[in-house]
Amino acid sequence: MLVDFFLHLKSRQLPVSTKELLALLEALEARLVTGSLDDFYLISRALLVKDEALYDRFDRAFGEYFKGIESLPGLDVLVPEDWLRLAAKRHLSEEDRLKLQKLGYEKLFEQLKQRLAEQKERHAGGSKWIGTAGTSPYGHGGYHPEGIRIGGESVGNRTAIKVWEQREFGNLDDSVELGVRNIKVALRRLRRFARQGAATELDLDGTIAGTARNGGWLDLHLRPERHNAVKVLLFLDVGGSMDDHIQACEELFSAARAEFKHLEHFYFHNCVYEGVWQDNRRRHDQHRATWDVIHTYGPDYKLVFVGDASMSPYEVARPGGSVEHWNEEAGAVWLERLLSTWHQAVWLNPLPEDQWHYTPSIQMIRQLLGERMFPLNLDGLERAMRSLTRGGKPV
Amino acid sequence: MKFEGTDSYVATRDLTLAVNAALALQRPLLIKGEPGTGKTLLAEEVARALDMPLFQWHVKSTTKAQQGLYEYDAVSRLRDSQLGDPRVQEIANYIVPGVLWQAFECDRPSVVLIDEIDKADIEFPNDLLRELDRMEFHCYELQKTLRARHRPLIIITSNNEKELPDAFLRRCFFHYIKFPDKPTMQRIVEVHFPGLKHELLKEALEVFFDLRAVPGLKKKPSTSELIDWLKLLLAEDIPPEVLRSKEAKDAIPPLHGALLKNEQDVHLFERLAFMARRQS
Repeated sequence: MLVDFFLHLKSRQLPVSTKELLALLEALEARLVTGSLDDFYLISRALLVKDEALYDRFDRAFGEYFKGIESLPGLDVLVPEDWLRLAAKRHLSEEDRLKLQKLGYEKLFEQLKQRLAEQKERHAGGSKWIGTAGTSPYGHGGYHPEGIRIGGESVGNRTAIKVWEQREFGNLDDSVELGVRNIKVALRRLRRFARQGAATELDLDGTIAGTARNGGWLDLHLRPERHNAVKVLLFLDVGGSMDDHIQACEELFSAARAEFKHLEHFYFHNCVYEGVWQDNRRRHDQHRATWDVIHTYGPDYKLVFVGDASMSPYEVARPGGSVEHWNEEAGAVWLERLLSTWHQAVWLNPLPEDQWHYTPSIQMIRQLLGERMFPLNLDGLERAMRSLTRGGKPV
Repeated sequence: MKFEGTDSYVATRDLTLAVNAALALQRPLLIKGEPGTGKTLLAEEVARALDMPLFQWHVKSTTKAQQGLYEYDAVSRLRDSQLGDPRVQEIANYIVPGVLWQAFECDRPSVVLIDEIDKADIEFPNDLLRELDRMEFHCYELQKTLRARHRPLIIITSNNEKELPDAFLRRCFFHYIKFPDKPTMQRIVEVHFPGLKHELLKEALEVFFDLRAVPGLKKKPSTSELIDWLKLLLAEDIPPEVLRSKEAKDAIPPLHGALLKNEQDVHLFERLAFMARRQS
């Protein structure tokens, strides 16, 4: 029986191994589980899942196998979190509660499916849509005699007939959330330690070798400590279409600042031309020539662009194509100059990867970079860092 | 021998099950979770509850796996040889046993805490695979193999800064300490402040969970921060009414410095309070 369960987990893309299955059987033999499905669930989760990002997936796989419930068709949509953000708790009088009509189980799900299909925005305090603090049967923080709670904590009315909490660990899953801390962890892949600075650490091997050479007289050798020696040039696109992605960029930037000692950042608009700037508030009087940048930083720097690369194709391909000023040389020329100076380069794009092929300029820049464009989420960031550590090859 | 939580540590059902399973199957237990949810405390409490000696190994970025087994103090031996100290003949005098060595030699079952394993070099967990699996290692200098007399319960904590290798994970139990829900939190607070006025506790928890629910906070306050804050509230003798008042000027909880550790978070919270005042 457990072999089937094991294979079921495997088919749901959970990385489980035979060794772990054997351990689970051992646990059963040791009578750690006393006939309760809850205990079995907890033990098998502790043994088979080694990453909280996979809890969500495991919960679903476990539910499918043991309850035999098919995941309800049309119900596996992700409800955007802010619909459910609890704006205010709503207090209802007894009469109000009685007035709310009970819908019945079947009808409830039917309607929920319908609402999920129709609803496009956040609602609060209403009586129909999925949202917070309302008298609609869907959402949380509100009151309905037979509602389905979606997200949030139960407010204590406890009449939800099915707590639809399939996403209890949902926000830990995959690449949905990108916090400063996560970014730091991803950037850490780039770390390269090298010995630099004053010699302060005892070099044991050197001391022993030196002492032996000295005919037994102690000869202390010291060496410098190891430090993170990665150097990064960060080029950030600002303004225009990038306004939607300010938060993601801010987070990336603050994480990068904390992670790398040698980090230089420059701003550009849409595409890199002959000038970049370092302080966004003073961009018009503090231009720095791109040639200057190229000549200042050595080839051991790694180049990271951040931008949505969404613009008119002329801005990349033609002289004079820029939306802001007359550029003598095309953006593509400047990009190639940068790329030939620093071979290790990636482009991080805050747009989701599946939307890239709708925009011609993204395709062009991707080609210029030799396919080294990655989405600005955790997974993309990891791939980008891996590409950089491998000397800038596409992954 | 079963762990059921202690009078000063509230363990949820899933956590006790994981600890007991690790005890029964003698496998290491890997604990992850938000900072401040009591990962490190768990090992101390398990050791106390089951009356087992505790060996702690706090890992830093420079820690090597070998240091947990033993270290050979070559420099002192070299020095002693120059001074003509007779101790120099016996190499065992210069072997400094590490945490695992001590635990393996212990004459009764013990608890070993490997704290923040993710801080160390990426090879660190790999270097400990065999030691944790077989509970034995070879001491090259003494030419002998050390075997654990009693397999210790090994509790490992991680903050997720580095991914741990698969081979290592396969050998462990894993438990993610979820942020406690309101009833659990109530129990936790009661353990720390027995006889706390019911009123104050209720209001404080409300403020606390509201604060955690504020969207866009850079760092959400954790359990240990709640405990600190309650301590301050008690020390300052703040009456529960102050927490309850929804008056605009009091929208920021008193002594918020214990809960919000980030200037930007305080600003954000002030802004939200300002907006709430305008709406009302």
